[in-house]
Amino acid sequence: MLNLENPILKNGELELYLIIVKFSEIQTILSSKTVGIAGAGGLGSNCAAALVRCGLGRLIIADFDLVEEGNLNRQFYFRDQIGHTKVEALRDNLQRINPELKLTIHNLQLNTHNIPKIFAGVDVLVEAFDQADQKEMLIETALNLWPETPLVVGSGMAGFGNTLALVVKKYDKLYICGDEKEEIGPDNPPLAPRVGIVSHMQADVVLEILIKAYGLRIRLRNK
Amino acid sequence: MIIELNNRREELPQVNMTVSEILKFKSFTFPRIIVRLNGRLIKKPAYPDTIVMHGDILNVIHLISGG
Repeated sequence: MLNLENPILKNGELELYLIIVKFSEIQTILSSKTVGIAGAGGLGSNCAAALVRCGLGRLIIADFDLVEEGNLNRQFYFRDQIGHTKVEALRDNLQRINPELKLTIHNLQLNTHNIPKIFAGVDVLVEAFDQADQKEMLIETALNLWPETPLVVGSGMAGFGNTLALVVKKYDKLYICGDEKEEIGPDNPPLAPRVGIVSHMQADVVLEILIKAYGLRIRLRNK
Repeated sequence: MIIELNNRREELPQVNMTVSEILKFKSFTFPRIIVRLNGRLIKKPAYPDTIVMHGDILNVIHLISGG
């Protein structure tokens, strides 16, 4: 059993420890962490599910939308939830994975006035909006308010194919997941596979940040 | 001059260019972008007046709708 209070940090031993990190240890680390997710659409709903499956303790999610039939091609909702608010439907679905999850939901449209209160104190913030102008608003607000809090953004994932273009770029504590290119449109719909990949890239970045913060080093991409 | 642009070394044709000039030179004309200079957020109205110097670290992030 890895001693989480005295993590091994010597070079060379790190990867060995990576391989033998037990899932129970990851759950222990995540159980005390709080993640904020701005948006409960294709990115937010799937990212939330992945984090809860891995043992995240506390989640704060905000969205103002209702579940629609058109969401079912990529979002973590079901046909019998059409018409429900997304945050309540997501709460129901996440509690089926982990009834112990501490979840705070906000059925509202996020803006520069309410973001400071809703997401204050989170360990990591995930940007999971649909519209680029909303992404811009959230990123600018969060970078100004909490420059030391990791921010994980999704940008560019419409259509299908070319999954190798989907990457994670890291600029200090700002992480950009996606291809920064493929925009949604009538001929380029967002679909479950690529949206799912990016939402799970975001969840994976969150895990990496939180586990590393505990002193466990993870093999870095592009090493 | 040489700067670090999006984690890569970038050689620019002149010294002390503004953010606007660099965005134009690199054809970063996408409507929604986030610009950070040496870790500090630069808002759109400041692009024409913000000077980037040799050795600076510039991030230009394209925000694409979809999610």
